[in-house]
Amino acid sequence: MTDLTPVTHWDTDFDVLDPGYVADPFTVWDELRATCPVAHTDRRGSTWLPTRYHDVVDLAHDIEHFSSAEITVIPFTGERPDEPVLQYGLPPISADPPLHTWTRRLLLPWFSHRRVEGYEPMTRRLCAELVDGFIGDGSADAARDYAQQIPVRVIAAILGVPSSMSDTFTGWVRDVLEFADDPVRRRRGIEGLIGFFIAEVARRKTDPGDDLLSDLLHSEFDGAVVEDSVVLGVAALVLIAGVDTTWSAIGSSLWHLATHPGDRERLATDPDVMTLAVEEFLRAYSPVTMARVVTGDVEFGGCPMRAGDKVLMNFPAANRDPDAFAEPDRVILDRELNRHVAFGSGIHRCAGSNLARMELRVALEEWLRRIPTFRLAADEQVTWAGGQVRGPRHLAVEFP
Amino acid sequence: MRIRVDPDRCEGHARCYGLAPELFDVDDYGLSTAVGDGTVPPGLEDRARLAIANCPEFAVEEID
Repeated sequence: MTDLTPVTHWDTDFDVLDPGYVADPFTVWDELRATCPVAHTDRRGSTWLPTRYHDVVDLAHDIEHFSSAEITVIPFTGERPDEPVLQYGLPPISADPPLHTWTRRLLLPWFSHRRVEGYEPMTRRLCAELVDGFIGDGSADAARDYAQQIPVRVIAAILGVPSSMSDTFTGWVRDVLEFADDPVRRRRGIEGLIGFFIAEVARRKTDPGDDLLSDLLHSEFDGAVVEDSVVLGVAALVLIAGVDTTWSAIGSSLWHLATHPGDRERLATDPDVMTLAVEEFLRAYSPVTMARVVTGDVEFGGCPMRAGDKVLMNFPAANRDPDAFAEPDRVILDRELNRHVAFGSGIHRCAGSNLARMELRVALEEWLRRIPTFRLAADEQVTWAGGQVRGPRHLAVEFP
Repeated sequence: MRIRVDPDRCEGHARCYGLAPELFDVDDYGLSTAVGDGTVPPGLEDRARLAIANCPEFAVEEID
């Protein structure tokens, strides 16, 4: 369980939930890349941490040796015998082929470019309403009052579940991702999510709607209707993956703009730079670090990896690798050479990447249109969540 | 200038389509292909180069 001893040796004893790492992982990655590019720890089980772009990409493509059966440092379910368990996990993210392949094909059309264009007006309206709610105050918590409110409502609409439950969904997702070290919160999140989707699935059997959940329930694979437990896993994944990650990216981007007036002014006055700027924010502040599990003893980068070890797919560190990006620690809004892997690499490329990009762009456009000038509030602490999903959780800004 | 998307490498990031929608088609599963025979219309060469430079899978390439 939780080892709260502060980390002193990042190469042999790292902990991605260490408060120092959560606050500033960048200097840790820089040091590791130069001294020990694939670090190791025995905390929470034997786990490896690559920090170089090409290592992370190579690992992501080697699905034979690195399985997606376990994607979190702290297991999602099944840690205790009395916990509810999703029989198929959260496919496709926690699946290998063949389950990965066909569940992903069920999901992808819902997040295609064409579909995502259809979600844009709703997203824009939502962002404008949120700004209406605090613009008169001259200050806001840009993470809690804005970023956190956007993706959960969009994903609820796509799934066909009530957006009035957004705060509950956000609570469950934070319980399983951000507070997984707390057994009470973790269990509350798991039971909440699984119980909710069991009821929603049962309801749709007799009363299907025009939504992703109904579509999944009435899909077929290999001539048979898709099993309920697969649908449950896919639906829970869509909610979990669609909430915390994009909210974190929106929050980090607003933090950057609040602390870099030159970039803020440029983006507010030159909308043509937005497409490249969104990619640059995704590169510099990539929120997501998934895990893999080693399928059989293998040597990688000179490291003796054993079956059952975990490997953290450190996409955020890859995106700061000076061998892959010029001046990686500088945000260059119109960076032209940017093969960032914020959405992963290989067959597990984020299925919702088109949606996340649209949400990030629209959230920034709507904020800057109404609030082109803002800065961090004086005397207020910015707090960050980290570990496997990094982003600001409290971001007080003022716009007098 | 002619470009193509290597179907064995493309994983559907759709970065090329996002940067140069005039030059690529993208299907419901995210897989991209170059429009027509991949010939880049005059004036769009910079966009094509941007698409090549931003593909995380190195799937977009100049063929001649």
